[in-house]
Amino acid sequence: MQIYDLEADGLRGLNAALQGASGNETGWEVVNPRGSHAIAVGLDAPLDVTVTGSTGYYCAGMNSQATVRVAGNVGPGVAENMMSGTVIVDGDASQYAGATGHGGLLVIKGNASSRCGISMKGIDIVVGGNVGHMSAFMGQAGHLVVCGDAGDALGDSIYEAKLFVRGSVKSLGADCIEKEMRPEHVEKLTELLEQAGIDANPSEFKRYGSARKLYNFDIDNAY
Amino acid sequence: MCGIVGLFLKDKTLEPRLGEMLTDMLITMSDRGPDSAGIAVYGTDRDGQAKLTLQAAEPSQFEGLAEEIGKEIGARIEQRVIDTHAVLNLPQDKLSAARQAIKRLRPDIRVMSAGDIIEIYKEVGLPGDVAKRFDIPKLTGSHGIGHTRMATESAVTTLGAHPFSTGADQCLVHNGSLSNHNALRRQLAREGVEVETENDTEVAAAYLTWKMQQGHSLGEALEAGLGDLDGFYTFVVGTKDGFGVVRDPIACKPAVMAETDQYVAFGSEYRALVNLPGIEDARVWEPEPATVYFWSH
Repeated sequence: MQIYDLEADGLRGLNAALQGASGNETGWEVVNPRGSHAIAVGLDAPLDVTVTGSTGYYCAGMNSQATVRVAGNVGPGVAENMMSGTVIVDGDASQYAGATGHGGLLVIKGNASSRCGISMKGIDIVVGGNVGHMSAFMGQAGHLVVCGDAGDALGDSIYEAKLFVRGSVKSLGADCIEKEMRPEHVEKLTELLEQAGIDANPSEFKRYGSARKLYNFDIDNAY
Repeated sequence: MCGIVGLFLKDKTLEPRLGEMLTDMLITMSDRGPDSAGIAVYGTDRDGQAKLTLQAAEPSQFEGLAEEIGKEIGARIEQRVIDTHAVLNLPQDKLSAARQAIKRLRPDIRVMSAGDIIEIYKEVGLPGDVAKRFDIPKLTGSHGIGHTRMATESAVTTLGAHPFSTGADQCLVHNGSLSNHNALRRQLAREGVEVETENDTEVAAAYLTWKMQQGHSLGEALEAGLGDLDGFYTFVVGTKDGFGVVRDPIACKPAVMAETDQYVAFGSEYRALVNLPGIEDARVWEPEPATVYFWSH
């Protein structure tokens, strides 16, 4: 296990070390994050990184292959544009968690704020608590699992992302509707909850997705 | 961008350290706003006494000011000059007369704040330099708010810096931009509420002052603002004994709050809060959009 003191040794050094880490140095602990931005970004190796404390913007952005765990809260844009790998946040996440993510799994044990999973393109996101307004806005592919409640305009202008919410939904956004929960959806949801290590009963969730009415030009949709 | 910080102390033993803690928070937010910085601090109440914070281009403009104004209004005025600012202590019932006299006798001197306990210091330049010029770490008090500015809506000038104070012991800092400030400025002018600058934030401050003059509480004024102020905003406001936070319904502008038994703290980013005592065990959360948060002593 490599221990990296972010306060003493600086951010550039950390990201250079993680991006250049060879195969036999896979375990890392980052101490003293103190809300710094861009911690553990652009990783492209099967590393196992634990950040002890809370981070600022863009933690674990553009991740491929690595597992990044934050033992604290994260600021805006955690795991933004993730390609693969796993990012786990023990606390809460600020705005646009997992935005534009293409793949991999983002787990937020606490609550996520507004625009969680905005423009998601294949990432799976599991939130233990609530998500804020405009979550999964323009979601194109992947899954958003919300074990708590969702705020206003869930799934606004959604394409093909699949949304599962256990609690209440304050309102659905344009073209987002409740959909039938078929066996394959229960199966996928069960798998995601298991992967996330979150104990929740899949039968308590409702599924939401696109009504597909915005796909083609319709004069009634023009304002 | 802009950076906002705020600290509302519940534990009186921290009051001597207010300026020091706020300065640390302010400097941490320098890269959100290097154009100018400002701070409002609420100090100790002195029976029957009021305070005026003034600003001049040169400290020499304050020479003889206290005597001159004092003679004009028939009151004894204490004056403390700190760089380009001066704080006048004077009897509460002479506050309005003193403001009139300053306007008449020294039109180049600007009033930054007026009230029983508020003092505002703001200037262009890096937050660290501004804090040093006014010796902000030495300030004591029960609560305060600060701002680092990245100018978007008006020029980089001292008067364009935050906080804005448009009413007694009131102040407001803002991260964001308002889209209907010109219309609102005209509406306020028709109501007899004048603002001094072209800055959108001053309009928001004046709007809240106007609402409170009509008998609304600060909480009610902030609620009304959610309907009338259009744009992106995170506001932190101070009153004589209170501290409030509100974000617009979209809530793009960042905000983090922390509360312990000793204080309530606000930062645009969590970074600003990391040196506060006991932050590891504080309740940390992101204020909800279109929700008014308020604490008072």
